[in-house]
Amino acid sequence: MSATAFTRTATRHRRTRAAARGLGWFSIGLGVAQVLMPRLVAGVTGMRGSERFVRACGVREIVTGIGILAARRPGPWMWVRVAGDAFDFAALGNARNARRPASRALLAGVAAVAALDAGCANALDRIERRGRPPARDYHDRRGLPLPPVAMRGAARKDFEMPPDMATPALLAPWPPVALRP
Amino acid sequence: MKALCWHGKKDVRCDTVPDPRIEDPRDAIVKVTSCAICGSDLHLYDGFMMGMESGDILGHEFMGEVVEVGAADHRLKVGDRVVVPFTICCGECEQCCRGNFSVCERSNRNKALADKTFGHSTAGLFGYTHLTGGYAGGQAEYVRVPYADVAPVKITSGLSDDQVLFLGDILPTGWQAAVQCDIQPTDTVAIWGAGPVGQFAVRSAVLLGAKQVIAIDRVPERLGMAQAGGATTINCEDESVVERLNELTGGKGPEKCIDAVGMEAHATQSLDSLYDRAKQAIMLETDRPHVLREMIYVCRPAGTLSVPGVYGGLIDKLPFGALMNKGLTLRTGQTHVNRWTSDLLRRIEEGQIDPAFVVTHVAALEDGPEMYKTFRDKKDGCIKVVLKP
Repeated sequence: MSATAFTRTATRHRRTRAAARGLGWFSIGLGVAQVLMPRLVAGVTGMRGSERFVRACGVREIVTGIGILAARRPGPWMWVRVAGDAFDFAALGNARNARRPASRALLAGVAAVAALDAGCANALDRIERRGRPPARDYHDRRGLPLPPVAMRGAARKDFEMPPDMATPALLAPWPPVALRP
Repeated sequence: MKALCWHGKKDVRCDTVPDPRIEDPRDAIVKVTSCAICGSDLHLYDGFMMGMESGDILGHEFMGEVVEVGAADHRLKVGDRVVVPFTICCGECEQCCRGNFSVCERSNRNKALADKTFGHSTAGLFGYTHLTGGYAGGQAEYVRVPYADVAPVKITSGLSDDQVLFLGDILPTGWQAAVQCDIQPTDTVAIWGAGPVGQFAVRSAVLLGAKQVIAIDRVPERLGMAQAGGATTINCEDESVVERLNELTGGKGPEKCIDAVGMEAHATQSLDSLYDRAKQAIMLETDRPHVLREMIYVCRPAGTLSVPGVYGGLIDKLPFGALMNKGLTLRTGQTHVNRWTSDLLRRIEEGQIDPAFVVTHVAALEDGPEMYKTFRDKKDGCIKVVLKP
């Protein structure tokens, strides 16, 4: 892979991961709002009387957000978000005032976020499948005159260990090893 | 003159500032030929270090030519080529006499402030917080070097700037991190962070005879460079560090662990880092000690933890019970640079190590603000930036 292609791929991967992180924080923010202000959220979304349901959705959002931010492979967590979006869409669609213009805008918003989530989940899957881009090649950056295996211990022959940094005898290796060649 | 100045979080500018002048007979003025951006400069850039003031000149890795010396400086003369260690030391106090140069008792001119913050003052540092004296730094065309008759390392051989510049900080820092481990031929040394200090710690551990050196990071370029230096690598984004370290050590854990990451462990790497980031956001914690926690957990009982990574304030949820019950030795501190400079300069001259391998980006001083971003975001395979004023 050329250096330019490498940089392009690396940038794309970085952006995907940044987008995933952004959506993770968004999920946590939304979840916290749902958990702390269920009545307000239920009112805005036309689901008055379903405060417990709203709060449960909030817990789901928080868990998903933490999963996206903390997981080594955030892809599956992003798909959980997509499933959650579908669930939210269905719930909002069945809400009592779903036909009001405000609710239509809300549904459109959820659909937009779902599209973003699905795109991001797809991109994360692609990264997983193709593996990480090869790193810029620094394998000629040894800094040592010979291969490391040949340089192992090269400094020991003329290095004097400062007594204040030496390991106390009780913590030294067992059985004892030749400390200095 | 031109200098890179700190103006706030993520706000570094190349400003025109007054030239420095001799303020004390032991001072010297150095015309900078090369300076570098250090990982610990990023703590200032990211706003995690308290005690910064707008307009502070950054930079503590620099070298150049002496252009003026004070009347009492009989060691340097105009025209000398010098590398200036980042720790400023008087050479006369009790700590300096013991070789503990980074805790010099005299060189911090804001001693009262440091006494209040840390209990007792440590040495003055170039281009850092006012807790360490607030001295103007070396990312500039000229620098005033206090106590210039003590620390600057004269370079008389024909070595290039890139080969000797790092004698002022990251090479001795990586070296001291390994020395503090008192590496034995049977030891596995695990190093968290394969940035510039981690790279030098890898090579130092190899040269000091470690049986196995393991580097842990999430940036492929850094892991590649660590591998070139002799390390087995763990990409902490792809695999569990604890499981892999146990696997590589027959389930016993590494004897020696080095934290070359410090206070800014990747915030979304693990649940505990996420928790730290949230606490940081509401100012209940200053540092993110994920690496310290992991080292304490995975280190073999009776092992040693060496911490060259910079921490600035308060940390939370440190498993001190494990640290105590496992009988671990914890060694910390800013680097006592001058303890190691003669030995390391000799090793460079003899060709045992060539520190220039770590330089990935060279730019003009004016491009410094952009290079801070590149280095911080690890863009373009950036591992070490050298600036030429």
